[in-house]
Amino acid sequence: MNISDIVFHSPALIVAIPLLGAFLTPLVAKINDKLRNIFAILIALITSVLVAILANDVFSNGIRTYVFGGGEPLVNNSYAIRILFEVDGMNAFMAIIASILTVVAIIYSWTFLKNHTGQDKYYTLILLMIAGMFGMILTGDMFNFFVFLEITSIASCALIAFYTNKGKAIDAGFKYIVISSIGALFILFAIGILYSQYNALNMAVLANSISFSFLDKIALALLISGLAMKAGIVPMHMWLPDAYGRAPSSVTLLLVGATQASLYGIFRITLSIFGKAFNTTGTVLKSATLTGDELIMVSSYPNVISIGWILIILAILTMIIGVLMALKQSNLKRLIAFAALAEIGYMLLGIGVRFASKYSEIVKMNNQEYIQIGFHGYDISALTGSIFHIINDALDIGLLFLVAGAIYIATKETSLNKLGGLARNMKYTTVFFIIGLIAVSGLPPMNGFASKLIIYESTFQLNPIIGIIAILASILLLAVFVKVLHSAFLGPKIPNLKDVKEVPKSMLFAMGIIACIIIIFGLFPNIVIDNIIQPAVNAITNHEAYIRGVFNGI
Amino acid sequence: MSGMSKIVKTMTSVAFPLAMIYGLYIIAHGHLTPGGGFQGGAVVASACAMILVSFGSVWTVRKIKEKNLSVLESLGAIGFIGLGFFGLIFGSHFFKNILVGSKNIPIFNEIGQGMSNINTAGFIPLMNFAVGLKVIAGLFAIVLVMAYATRLKEGK
Amino acid sequence: MLFNFPYIAVVLLILIGLATVIYKRNLIKIVIGITLIESGVNLFLITLAYRKDSIAPIFHGFTASKDNVPFMSLPVPHALTLTSIVIGVAVLALMLTFIIHLYRHYNTLDARKIGREEE
Repeated sequence: MNISDIVFHSPALIVAIPLLGAFLTPLVAKINDKLRNIFAILIALITSVLVAILANDVFSNGIRTYVFGGGEPLVNNSYAIRILFEVDGMNAFMAIIASILTVVAIIYSWTFLKNHTGQDKYYTLILLMIAGMFGMILTGDMFNFFVFLEITSIASCALIAFYTNKGKAIDAGFKYIVISSIGALFILFAIGILYSQYNALNMAVLANSISFSFLDKIALALLISGLAMKAGIVPMHMWLPDAYGRAPSSVTLLLVGATQASLYGIFRITLSIFGKAFNTTGTVLKSATLTGDELIMVSSYPNVISIGWILIILAILTMIIGVLMALKQSNLKRLIAFAALAEIGYMLLGIGVRFASKYSEIVKMNNQEYIQIGFHGYDISALTGSIFHIINDALDIGLLFLVAGAIYIATKETSLNKLGGLARNMKYTTVFFIIGLIAVSGLPPMNGFASKLIIYESTFQLNPIIGIIAILASILLLAVFVKVLHSAFLGPKIPNLKDVKEVPKSMLFAMGIIACIIIIFGLFPNIVIDNIIQPAVNAITNHEAYIRGVFNGI
Repeated sequence: MSGMSKIVKTMTSVAFPLAMIYGLYIIAHGHLTPGGGFQGGAVVASACAMILVSFGSVWTVRKIKEKNLSVLESLGAIGFIGLGFFGLIFGSHFFKNILVGSKNIPIFNEIGQGMSNINTAGFIPLMNFAVGLKVIAGLFAIVLVMAYATRLKEGK
Repeated sequence: MLFNFPYIAVVLLILIGLATVIYKRNLIKIVIGITLIESGVNLFLITLAYRKDSIAPIFHGFTASKDNVPFMSLPVPHALTLTSIVIGVAVLALMLTFIIHLYRHYNTLDARKIGREEE
């Protein structure tokens, strides 16, 4: 087994090793408790090493395909009946995010759950959720995406209701599973419609042969609605503050990753699968009617400008509602959950701006009039900003949730009315919270500034109101978190919180890893954009290369 | 819940082996007739639920501890993933069917002749057994724990 | 028109299921609504597999002459439906367990009275 063998088999091993670990954990936990903890972190570290090797290979060599069960991707050069994983730049980028969140969550939960019962089932469900997330990210087959989506949602729902002695946590889990299950059934309905038309479940084969007929429009609407229900976009956002706010903190960290994997699904479907139908650029002849007046051929390209504007309006509503509801909360974790809701709007803004920036104008060549269709130049930078914001948001919101968990461990309080003056005893936690505050509000020198500046610049060129609303949302987030800093950490001491101690070392180590990555990304954003983000943007907009990964040689 | 009368208990003891054999037949012939892992496992689990209803949940929990069901479930799942890894180690790809049409493992050539030869499907009957074991243990554990958790206390 | 009846049944099932989830207050009725939607989607997947005058996709052991091979319906949607039924069983078990816990805490099954933030 040399390195090239491991790189060749790594897309399957990244999903199979956490799955095997999840099924071995109940047997290992019967022997010893410490052995179970070491086993869990070992599985997470092996998976992270495999992800790093695979990402390094994909960023330098191109798309890599893995067929389950051997053989070629296409049988007789036309039938795609095998399940395959197709890894390009965007998949590798999302896998890097998921692996960082995994390692941090397992290290954090060693001492966070020290005195709780049911830790055996907790580690089993975390490894199962990780296997589902990696499967959702790396797959190249539509029905496989649905199955891994359901695995992730069932495992994460059982983890949200971990505190079974409180009624509120179980209610949050019930709401999550109802809305998640309805969204997944919509996605299955759309997959059925697409299969009945084109006789293919493979993403590359669908991208090659899709034409924007009436049934495809229904399938696109159902797919975006189902994935928006899973990602928490307004008006299907009612599960998000409950589920993020009442779950254990390490579970919330992984739940942020699962939400972003659903958002990756929207990227992949609108830009790669429907890319050939949307991306007709070039020149089209204007046609003449019988009466001699010249009319434009309206059915030769789909009207993506309206799709783009619908996505932009949903993103703006998400940002406004998230920030305004965060101003009046008094429960700390629920406040951070509403801030996470506002950040999802920034990520959706990139796709909307790319579709809404399509233009069509009339040019005259050789005494005939043609219609020139193309995109403006700022849509690539809007996509770059949104994709960079995915990793920044995961790290920032994750750090804030870990700090909230640390406060809960030290003081057993969750309401901001009863906290105060914690900065004297918990010095490291205060420093981590200040780093998270600066990063979330988009101030330099942390990483939030870099991605938000790109989003402001590119959306301002489409329509100035969008840029102004984005900047206002950031300023209101700064106000919200300064209020939290003042009421929880600064100020005089409260009598019954006199003897709180600093949290244990493993939780500080986990928070320190994320804080270091935030500072490094903030000080050197151009290195990150050139090496990690730019290949991902090039891969997601290049639907020809995605199709050629399966149809190689045709 | 408490058990039912003596007539019901006797007839359940007669009917349970028949139902279990029917379910195991569906699991074992999954590569030839309609059926397979999940379908046969659901039939056997409903036979076990019949035992639970007629004998009472308190008696059943005392006889079959829940820890043993958890071990059986894990063994079934490990068997399924392990068979996938066999394809990786001995052949070329993950989940590759290395037993179909091959003559290097002697026992699979003589079991059944003609159309019911196990050799025609390779790994698929073995995966059916693993999935069937997991489904039996899993569904029985769900029904058992639900019935035990909602039992009425004495004198309420 | 006769062959369109399954599709009409699919649309009716999904709409009735959605209306139940949105408008009913009892938790068990919400779970029943989700089961109705899932049954509708499974019926849709099975209906896609049927072709005119086709039989079930099982080999009967006929000889290899190519004349009297009967026409089979598509086997791929059957596999998709089976996977969807298994996922539906798991989700149903999870939701019913949550209802048992919720009833023990709140002693009521009204969706407007449970899970309030101010308690």
